Amino acid sequence: MKLKQLEGLLGDLQQFSNPKVDLEQYPTGPHIASRMLFTAENSYGDITDKVVADFGCGCGTLSAAAALLDAACVIGFDIDPQSLETATLNAEELEVEIDFVQCDITKLELKGRVVDTVVMNPPFGTRKKGADMEFLSAALKVSSRAVYSLHKTSTREHIKRAALRDFNAKSAEVICELRYDLPKLYKFHKRKEVDIAVDLWRFEPKQN
Amino acid sequence: MRLIVHNMLTCNIKGVVNKFPLRIEAEKVVIKKEVDFNTDFLRHMLAKIEWKALVDGARSMGYTELPDHAPEAEESYSFLKKFHHALLELHLEEGSLVCQETGRKFPVEKGVPNMLLHEDEV
Repeated sequence: MKLKQLEGLLGDLQQFSNPKVDLEQYPTGPHIASRMLFTAENSYGDITDKVVADFGCGCGTLSAAAALLDAACVIGFDIDPQSLETATLNAEELEVEIDFVQCDITKLELKGRVVDTVVMNPPFGTRKKGADMEFLSAALKVSSRAVYSLHKTSTREHIKRAALRDFNAKSAEVICELRYDLPKLYKFHKRKEVDIAVDLWRFEPKQN
Repeated sequence: MRLIVHNMLTCNIKGVVNKFPLRIEAEKVVIKKEVDFNTDFLRHMLAKIEWKALVDGARSMGYTELPDHAPEAEESYSFLKKFHHALLELHLEEGSLVCQETGRKFPVEKGVPNMLLHEDEV
């Protein structure tokens, strides 16, 4: 599948109808999502024929991208039942197979390392402090190949240090810096649109 | 929920020792046979999967063709087809996942297991 085609398909997905500010629910736009997964597969071979988990899947954009790039199995995890309903509809629309699990990622315990790759656009920690780190820690516990994640560029040094020192990462690389367009979703947003600098990270867990 | 997912899920209630596997109580099972058959992927999964949990899970969902033990040497085509079917084509739409130690039921609705804990379980 070509990048443009992937981006087009992801652009048709339904997004949050009533986003919950406390969960930091923001859609992952098709531009970022397509590039993230395309790079994960084309540069690193981490998606096709692999077991891919999407942590904090929301409406399932990253999950859908993984499925469209022929992951062997895609599992989306999220705490919010409404998002999971939308994600299920999106999977049906695209005619792809995605399993969904409702859970609190920070309390999740998965057996073994069946998951090859985790992809995620986690909360940045603006509502629940430290949420971004909790997601990263959980992802590195569960994956056997790689974790792809988006974090604010302003947290770059902090993320790298925590990943390598505390979360058992063998490597932590910023693959590229992206601009994340956040449309005015919530009442407290003053500007019509805002642009945040985010890093796309690739982490490798240590093999146990 | 498919058995490949069930094979990862554990009971994360505080203090529970016997967390895995969760017993399946199936109310509605759907079979979807369109999943691509990929022998390399299946061999890769065979090394990672908890076999007994898979066999028991499949039985709870009405599929009894899996052998009690996975083959030691070269896996036959017919074995891989059964493994593929059990792992990827059986969907639990409605039912529960039951913790073997506490009896706590995690509901499965519209194919989605709800693993959220109550306040006193955390």
